[in-house]
Amino acid sequence: MGIISSGFHGRRQNGNPALPPGQYETGGFPVLTAGPAPRIPIEDWEFFITTEAGQRHAWSWDAFMALPQMDIDTDIHCVTSWSKLGTSWRGVSLDTLFENVETSCGFTMAHSYGGYTTNLPLPDLLGGRAWVAWEFDGEPLERAHGGPARLLVPHLYFWKSAKWINGIELTQDDDPGFWESNGYHTHGDPWREERYS
Amino acid sequence: MSTLWRVADVVSSMPETESARTIGLRVNGQNGKLAGQHIDIRLTADDGYTAVRSYSVARAGMDETLEITVDELVNGEVSPYLVRELAVGDQLEIRGPVGGWFVWKPTDTNPVQLIAGGSGIVPLMSMIRAHHASENPAQFRLLYSLKSPEAGFYREELQTLGQESRKLIIDYVYTRKVPKGWPTAPQRLTAEPLLATILPKDPAPDIFICGQTVFVETVAEWLVQAGYPAASIKTERFGGTGGTR
Ligand SMILES: Cc1cc2nc3c(=O)[nH]c(=O)nc-3n(C[C@H](O)[C@H](O)[C@H](O)COP(=O)(O)OP(=O)(O)OC[C@H]3O[C@@H](n4cnc5c(N)ncnc54)[C@H](O)[C@@H]3O)c2cc1C
Repeated sequence: MGIISSGFHGRRQNGNPALPPGQYETGGFPVLTAGPAPRIPIEDWEFFITTEAGQRHAWSWDAFMALPQMDIDTDIHCVTSWSKLGTSWRGVSLDTLFENVETSCGFTMAHSYGGYTTNLPLPDLLGGRAWVAWEFDGEPLERAHGGPARLLVPHLYFWKSAKWINGIELTQDDDPGFWESNGYHTHGDPWREERYS
Repeated sequence: MSTLWRVADVVSSMPETESARTIGLRVNGQNGKLAGQHIDIRLTADDGYTAVRSYSVARAGMDETLEITVDELVNGEVSPYLVRELAVGDQLEIRGPVGGWFVWKPTDTNPVQLIAGGSGIVPLMSMIRAHHASENPAQFRLLYSLKSPEAGFYREELQTLGQESRKLIIDYVYTRKVPKGWPTAPQRLTAEPLLATILPKDPAPDIFICGQTVFVETVAEWLVQAGYPAASIKTERFGGTGGTR
């Protein structure tokens, strides 16, 4: 146990087993971004996956919407200590998007419109644990929250769920993305408090 | 290093406004700090319950001390304790300073526009102080949006700096109550006066915006629409009503 502050009582929220260590529950949906939100018209939007062999798989908005869609109910955890429990999303599973992709790479770099990047091990994107989401709470995803579409990888801290997602590049090595080059953890598991590097 | 919790001694505590307090912390072996970084503070209750919040560093000393300024959020879990209860001689745990993005370095040569909403002044003050203490000749300009004159942090220091420093210009916007003799009535910050009181697009300044989420979102959007390159805008959101969802 750390230093005790006798006058501090707190709210005892983290007795909630749904909250990872050091997290507290918020009813709002705070926004964390390094800069302003980019504007991406649907007509120009695409989602790509590129492989080490130079193959490029790409989906236009219409092609993407024609893929099987899933409803996702999940908790999300931001590295700045808030968690939002029971959020609902709709989107396409990365398992679907990776169906015809051949690779021997173990890592990926997610690229967003506006230049943001974040690195993720490939296994964290597969097995029904990651989506490209375009709907939140039954409404199209707001631009401030990453619309038209964002990555949703709720088992990792939320900076890994890249807003304004454009595509995923398969990589041999675990190269750091944007926040990972700026002091944040390369993996970002909230249950292990992998906050900072 | 930055991921470890370390024990900090509270070495000073000064009211900043009616609701805010500047707290000096000393940490053994405190090392390299950049202007704009934040620390995490962890409080532990006597039954082991803990709560963690982030606070920007307001002043990063050359020694083992740093200062933060905490604004009380009524009914908040952590800030009322820090503002009202914590006293000199107490200890708490901190992690950091961390962050390598929302920072200003004395080797940066671009002009700098700082835009603060309320307590969002804190990390920007750390940049102003670092800039002032350096030989760096870059032009700094601060736009400080406040509810009232009494809500301002670091009032005397900013007034002195504003008068004495040739490389710092300070502009205020008052949203609810203006000082005596102020030329305009209190007004909500809107795009036009904002754009008229900041450094021009050319040469593109580095822009740092900090405050509550809505403030930061709104201002960043105006700047992008006015043609400031998105890549030159860095933002730090303190939380709060980021929309209801
Ligand atoms: C990187 C970073 C740096 C920060 N630096 C500072 C700083 O220098 N000084 C400072 O005073 N604060 C700063 N904050 C905010 C601080 O971390 C806390 O969020 C704040 O003190 C409120 O904590 P609390 O426990 O008192 O309230 P909580 O119990 O966490 O909040 C109560 C309610 O208020 C909402 N809320 C949370 N934060 C705010 C807010 N800022 N405004 C309005 N409503 C809010 C919450 O969603 C919640 O519903 C910073 C935050 C971040 C992420």
